[in-house]
Amino acid sequence: MSITDRVLGDRQRLAYIASQAADARLNVELETEGMTLNIGPQHPATHGTLRIIARLDGEQVVWAEPSCGYMHRGYEKLAEVRTYPQVTTLVNRIDWLGSFANEVPFILAAEKLMDVEAPARAQHIRTILFELSRIANVSLFLGDLGVQMGAITPVFFAFRDREYVLNLIEGATGGRFHPNFDRIGGLKDDLPKGWIAETKAVMKKLRTFCDQIEDLLFGNEIFQSRTRGIGVIPRDVALQYGLSGANLRASGVDWDLRRDHPLPMAWNKADWKVWTHPDGDSFARCWIRLQETREATKIVDQLIDTIPSGPIMAKVPKIIKVPEGEAWVSTENPLGEMGYYVVSRGELGPFRVKIRSASFNNISIAPWVLRGVYVPDIVTVLASLYFILGDIDR
Amino acid sequence: MPPPNERGNPLSSATDTSAAAPRRTTSVDEVKAALGDRVVDSFHKDDLWLRVRTDAWKSSMRTLRDTLGFHYFSFLSAIDWMPSPYGRGEDDPTEPPPVRDSTIRPGYAGGDTRMQVFARVGNPVTHVSVIVKVDVPNAQPTLDSIHDVYAGANWHERETHEMFGINFAGHPDLRNMYLPVDFEGHPLRKDYPLLARMIKPWPGIVDVEPLPGGSEGGDDE
Repeated sequence: MSITDRVLGDRQRLAYIASQAADARLNVELETEGMTLNIGPQHPATHGTLRIIARLDGEQVVWAEPSCGYMHRGYEKLAEVRTYPQVTTLVNRIDWLGSFANEVPFILAAEKLMDVEAPARAQHIRTILFELSRIANVSLFLGDLGVQMGAITPVFFAFRDREYVLNLIEGATGGRFHPNFDRIGGLKDDLPKGWIAETKAVMKKLRTFCDQIEDLLFGNEIFQSRTRGIGVIPRDVALQYGLSGANLRASGVDWDLRRDHPLPMAWNKADWKVWTHPDGDSFARCWIRLQETREATKIVDQLIDTIPSGPIMAKVPKIIKVPEGEAWVSTENPLGEMGYYVVSRGELGPFRVKIRSASFNNISIAPWVLRGVYVPDIVTVLASLYFILGDIDR
Repeated sequence: MPPPNERGNPLSSATDTSAAAPRRTTSVDEVKAALGDRVVDSFHKDDLWLRVRTDAWKSSMRTLRDTLGFHYFSFLSAIDWMPSPYGRGEDDPTEPPPVRDSTIRPGYAGGDTRMQVFARVGNPVTHVSVIVKVDVPNAQPTLDSIHDVYAGANWHERETHEMFGINFAGHPDLRNMYLPVDFEGHPLRKDYPLLARMIKPWPGIVDVEPLPGGSEGGDDE
């Protein structure tokens, strides 16, 4: 009750108590029995193949547990038999909606070990592509959110507008989903002609998209009643489970790795805000992501005007050997904190790579947060936590 | 019309990026003082590595959380420091296997055993993070579970148990996360071969042969 006391308004609290009382009476009078509901592994709300086993009492979840492993590809083992440049091909496929963002922390970790820093121009373009992949990723989330609650329209908007961003990523890197564009010491190529003007136009479109989604969804009464006060995660629980990204900021923790951890990237050259929300419910998590998409368009807009001239590759040997050592680099990816712990033995490939992916921690809270929610809310709570299966199973 | 960012709901609160300057200063002495003689070794290089005594693993994590405010749990995993007897899986299957150096060399902050568990925790207010390592006994790879200190460690310990065969005493549920129940072996241990490379030789061996007539054989242009 302490959570509801803190977060909900008087009317909502009364409604909650009344519903609890009604439930208690129902359970006594009807002598209900528990049942087990299996959701997945194929379910539209799971972005892949997540299976959830829920033990129900009437409409309420008593116990729920996600069962992963349907998409485990063993990247940590595979990385041990590959060279450093080859690993980016693997890690591209972890969070497949924001692929470029997966490459960056690994490359930064390798650069840290080699004591190489990418030239300023490469850092700028890296940051721009990083934010573009965030926009592509989160805009799909925003559209998909409606589908989980029975609203069909937003997802069409999202797919239409994400396409513009994917075209930009394709224009610069050659790959829509798996760019594999980041190199140790810089980038594979410079930006193509006309790309900057197009990017500006697309960013304008994406801001309109955010406004449309806000009008369509966030102002919608059904959406609000399905998300407000549901799936509440308090600050200390969020931290203990290692939630990161928008999920953590929606619980009121003001922590954004882009701002708080200095990295050789260009985020500090733009003026943008880190949004937090005190509620910690499904609505807060969705709302934070909407704001972050807006901020990302602002970052891209500012950085694209100030790209410094110069080379896009630092001087690195043709055959890359990384000196002995250990490095940890994490960045604020679309899904949250994504980090690589790279152990090098001075060979062509890493000795051990620990991949810390955001969704693994974000979904490990599911048993805690799903306890007590109603069956239709399982889908909305999971959707608001936002995970991608490749990011859980790796 | 207000700018798009100021729309939204009245419950929102925003923080200005310029207000919060990077506060990432790792105070080695502070952490060491709080942990006392539980720290066996430490290493400091733009990150802080600590190695704690095996029997003090859980109490060290508790101290880090309660005394020093490291409330944020990032990850927990393990490293097998023994070099793989299979190298990088690129041996020619027709040749006898080459002799490989199998001496165990520990990494930062040292180590006395083949396997080490390491975890990273952070302070959400000061943005200081620390990597804590702990030796896992060779004979009986068992460690105290820290799932009741950091709830998020639950799944990470399950994963580590499955991949490295390390036991976590006190863990409620060490079922496999990814692999089938009847799977034998611990895939991330170095002496577990990458089976795909054992069945079929790595085609990359062929690629590194110089191209006929070309002096720049390895160029991918």
